[in-house]
Amino acid sequence: MQAIPIEYYLVLSGIIFSIGTIGVITRRNAIIIFMSIELMLNSVNLTFVGFAANFGDSSGQVFVFFVMSVAAAEAAIGLAIVIALFRIKQTVNVDEINILKW
Amino acid sequence: MILGTLAIGSAIVTIASRHPVRSAMALVLHFFMLSGLYLTLNAQFIAAIQILVYAGAIMVLVIFVIMLLNLSNEEKLKLKLSSRYVLGWVFGSALAFLLMTLYITHSSFSQFNQETAAAVGTVNNLGNELFTNYIVPIELIGVLLTVTIVGALVLAKKKLEN
Repeated sequence: MQAIPIEYYLVLSGIIFSIGTIGVITRRNAIIIFMSIELMLNSVNLTFVGFAANFGDSSGQVFVFFVMSVAAAEAAIGLAIVIALFRIKQTVNVDEINILKW
Repeated sequence: MILGTLAIGSAIVTIASRHPVRSAMALVLHFFMLSGLYLTLNAQFIAAIQILVYAGAIMVLVIFVIMLLNLSNEEKLKLKLSSRYVLGWVFGSALAFLLMTLYITHSSFSQFNQETAAAVGTVNNLGNELFTNYIVPIELIGVLLTVTIVGALVLAKKKLEN
C-alpha cells in the first residue's frame, strides 16, 4: 500500500476546522454550536495523529487521548448547562439567552 | 480519499441541516470516517477510542438531550441574521484559505516510515507511554472527569424547594 502524504491529512483537517468555525458563527442552536465545536476538536486530533505518524513519535497520540477526555468532560458539562438553560428559558437559541448580560 | 471526501461531506451536513437529529447523525458518520482515517495513519488505539468515546458516548448524550428537549426544525431566521451569515462565511473562508496556503507552501514534510509508525499506535506502546511519562496528566484527567460528573449532576438537577 502506498502511503498517503501528510499534507493531505493537514489540508483535510484544515477544511474540517473551517467548517466547524462557520458552524459556530452562523448557527444559533446551542446544541449544533456544540457539535461544531466537536468538529473543530476532531480536526485538531487528526492533525495530531498525522504528525505522530509522520515523526514516529507517540506523544501526539497521547495528546489526542487527553483531548478526547477533556472533550468528553466538556460534552457532559455543556449539555447539562443547555438543559438547565432550557428549563429556565424554554429555548436553545443562543440569541435569546442573555441572562449574563449586564 | 473516499474517507476524506465523506468526512468533509458529513461535516457540511452537520452544520447545514436544519434538524438537530439529522445533524447529529451526520456527525456520527463523520466520526466513523475520522476513525477510518486514523486507521490509515496506523493509530489503531486512537481509532477504537474515537468510535467508543465519540460515536458511542458523546453522541448518545447529545441525542438524549435533543430528545429530552424535544427540538424540532428551527424557524427561518435568515433575513434577520444575514449579516452574521455573511460574516461567518467570510471568516470561515479566510481561515480555510490561510490554513491551505500555510500547509501547501510549507509542504516539506518527509514521507512517513510505515514500520515505525505502525509500532507507535499500538495499545501496548501507548499504555507504556501513558503510565510512565504521562502519569501526572493521567491522574489529573481522572480528577477532571470526577469533577465533571459531580458538576453535570449539580447543573442538571432540578432546584430544590427550601
